[in-house]
Amino acid sequence: MASNPQAYEQGASLWKDAWQRLRRNRLAVVGMAVLVFVVLSVIIGPWLSSYSYETQDRVKGAVAPNAANWFGTDTLGRDLLTRILYGGRISLMVGIAATAVSLSIGVLYGAFAGFAGGRTDALLMRIVDILYTLPFTIIVIILSVYFQKSLILLFMAIGAVEWLTMARIVRGQVISLMQKEFIEAAQVMGLRRRRIVLRHLIPNALGPIIVYTTLTIPQVMLLEAFVSFLGMGVQPPMSSWGLLIHDGANVIEEYPWMLLFPSLALSMTLFSLNFLGDGLRDALDPRIAKD
Amino acid sequence: MIRFLVFRALGLIPVFFIIVTVIFFLIRLAPGGPFEQGERFVAPEALEQLRAAYNLDAPLYKQYFDYVAGLFHGDLGPSMKQPSRTVAEWIVLRAPVSIELGFYALLFACTIGLLAGVTAALRPNSVTDYVPMSFAMIGICVPNFVLGPVLMLIFSIWLGWLPVSGWGPPATKVLPALTLGAAYVAYIARLARGGMFEVLAQDFIRTARAKGLGEARVVLRHALRGGIQPVVSFLGPAAAGLLTGSFVVEKIFRIPGLGSQFVEAAFNRDYTMLLGAVLFYAALILVFNLLVDIAQALLDPRVRYGK
Amino acid sequence: MPLLTVDNLRTHFRLRSGTVRAVDGISFSIEQGETLGIVGESGSGKSVANMSLLGLIPMPPGRIESGVARFGDVDLLACSKAQLRGIRGKRISMIFQDPMTALNPYLTIGAQVMEPLLIHEQCTRADARRRSVEMLEAVGIQDAARRMYAYPHQFSGGLRQRVMIAMALITRPQLLIADEPTTALDVTVQAQILDLIKRLQRELGMAVILITHDLGIVAETCDRVLVMYAGRIVESSRTEALFDTPRHPYTEALMASLPSRRHKGETLYTIPGMPPDLARPIEGCAFAPRCEKADARCRSESCDLRDIDTGRASACLRVQRGELA
Repeated sequence: MASNPQAYEQGASLWKDAWQRLRRNRLAVVGMAVLVFVVLSVIIGPWLSSYSYETQDRVKGAVAPNAANWFGTDTLGRDLLTRILYGGRISLMVGIAATAVSLSIGVLYGAFAGFAGGRTDALLMRIVDILYTLPFTIIVIILSVYFQKSLILLFMAIGAVEWLTMARIVRGQVISLMQKEFIEAAQVMGLRRRRIVLRHLIPNALGPIIVYTTLTIPQVMLLEAFVSFLGMGVQPPMSSWGLLIHDGANVIEEYPWMLLFPSLALSMTLFSLNFLGDGLRDALDPRIAKD
Repeated sequence: MIRFLVFRALGLIPVFFIIVTVIFFLIRLAPGGPFEQGERFVAPEALEQLRAAYNLDAPLYKQYFDYVAGLFHGDLGPSMKQPSRTVAEWIVLRAPVSIELGFYALLFACTIGLLAGVTAALRPNSVTDYVPMSFAMIGICVPNFVLGPVLMLIFSIWLGWLPVSGWGPPATKVLPALTLGAAYVAYIARLARGGMFEVLAQDFIRTARAKGLGEARVVLRHALRGGIQPVVSFLGPAAAGLLTGSFVVEKIFRIPGLGSQFVEAAFNRDYTMLLGAVLFYAALILVFNLLVDIAQALLDPRVRYGK
Repeated sequence: MPLLTVDNLRTHFRLRSGTVRAVDGISFSIEQGETLGIVGESGSGKSVANMSLLGLIPMPPGRIESGVARFGDVDLLACSKAQLRGIRGKRISMIFQDPMTALNPYLTIGAQVMEPLLIHEQCTRADARRRSVEMLEAVGIQDAARRMYAYPHQFSGGLRQRVMIAMALITRPQLLIADEPTTALDVTVQAQILDLIKRLQRELGMAVILITHDLGIVAETCDRVLVMYAGRIVESSRTEALFDTPRHPYTEALMASLPSRRHKGETLYTIPGMPPDLARPIEGCAFAPRCEKADARCRSESCDLRDIDTGRASACLRVQRGELA
């Protein structure tokens, strides 16, 4: 597709095409809509809510959903909807921050390996292969022992273990693009390396990177929720969806809504991110069939 | 074939010792000792005694060599927070429960996942493709710590069909195994579909049909072996995933397995227990990956003959 | 009575981009023991036509729109799937272009060669094994008894094609359809494989449909030839007559592009233009846009294959009108 020197100049229409394809994918559109709804809710929602996420009302205790507390209240009398919105802020922030970390490491590592080639590349990728076989969750749990005091560091650490696939994808892109004629042509024409990277490689590798980033965010959010569920991530009185699910799971017999609403929020978000990611993959690279 | 196996098995030993070394120092160097936490005041002399008892007063390199030496006769040291048993004893007590749970989950995942995936691949873009694959998407997007409590709510509390928690009679094992296996049903179904899809498009499948074979024989004898290849390779990572999944599932269903023990150890900074459990998991995963390699070699002659 | 008579076979593929008329109304027949060559460029429909006969077209998107294929007292295109399975690999066998991918890499050579016997004939495993070894020896595989246990990846391309032939012929079929059997092989191996097919054809008295794009192979091996272009037969003739006096401009062009027909130093002839897009309706003769002899009527009038001589048919309008020799 991009094997001629004009390829990057056609970039604009390429993105337009991709957008057209994405819009035709119903699941991806729904995913996008749900995502926008969730993001706006967690950003704006807490300001509109008349409840605070931490003010306790032990006398009131857990109340089932009603007109005043749409999602009910938790065992300490806190409005559940407000807590879910606040928790969503944390969960999404963690997802984005950790993904940003993994994106930076993965892109730099993969691009370096791809450019370096030869033995350096082989060695770097061998390291990735080995790291791949390690169970991330165990590492994250050990890391959480390290960073119990610092939430930010913990989620940086989560990001730091999630970069492997990104590194592989970027390396693959770099290597295949380096072999394309238009890069060779650019080299023959004596374009500076930096210019080749900026004008040719980055625009061409952007598609897969965007796709994989969209698919990394739910993975990272899942890890956060997992660690928080085990009680080793976000600490009370702050909340995240994982922590809320944990609290709800402890009292399902009495107050099932405390489990159901946060679960719904998390699952809905994961669903929409995954559908959007799949849709983007199909739209940006029609050659890769779905599975 | 046998040389290949011996070679692979021997290759695991240095890998294991690298893991031992890395994890040992990682945990030993963690900020904050196991006895410096909590409100309880511990007298300096008592602390000294504790440190001596756990060999923490020795130089770090000596601690390491003592630990490795202990490993050779299965001594993982005493548990720092649950001193009633040694770490090795705790593992022997708790691990069988986790392994049993993992086994049921894997069995469930493979059976349903393969059935769904293969059926889907036979008629792509039909109802028998869309329905299982939509369920697979749900399986992937609903995490086990959501699925577990929700299943418990529905089947134990609302319907009252199954016990809420515990580990004993077969009925107690249904929900945990389903919860743990669900995501893997989904992954296996997707991989099996993809694998079968690819193999069914190969030339040799056309050859098989041209020979006049029935569809069942074409699928079962000619396509399945190649088609489940991606599933077999996935079993290695799946085993690791099942272990970590067991942390959550054991916590939800209050199952006395190694997973809940591990989480507790991380929570309480029980460093010896944590270290022992991680090493046990590492060994388990390495062995499982070896088994997967063997299975792959048995399935594909090209791997077996080293091509 | 001919062994197989095909009448008005049309196979279309309904794709999102439109209906591709891969095979669009072809009729031919083949006698017992005869060798029929089918030549044409890739995409001319020669493979699709033969796979249609054996029900090997993926459906959907493929669909057999019309046609009758009489084989003995059975219509291959209308009979039940079970009946067709009973014929495939038993009375009609097929070998394919690429022996590297046409054999199952997961099964031993022996298991694959024995398979047709085991499913088509009430045959014990020991019997099947013995006959397979004999057959492998007959196709020139040395040490066959031991190599029954080998896997395809341990064989060279030529040996694999021999295995394919052994597998196809072990049930002594009446008709062998060989789809480009030598295209993927080295030139020296090509000749050996063709000789082997000819020898076994004589021994078993079977008919062979040889699909190829190589006129050289046709000249050496076939009794009769069908030339296909854009899903239709454009010329049908006995082999010698075809090479003496081609009666369709496309056949002529094909021959002109044969390297051996040129003197040293002369540039190779290539047919100008590209084959037509079969997803679009074609007006007039499909070859007209590339034909040096086409006139205005060729581009507008429909043309069908018509007899122009005994045992000779051409779809060229100008030949039919006697305007071209």
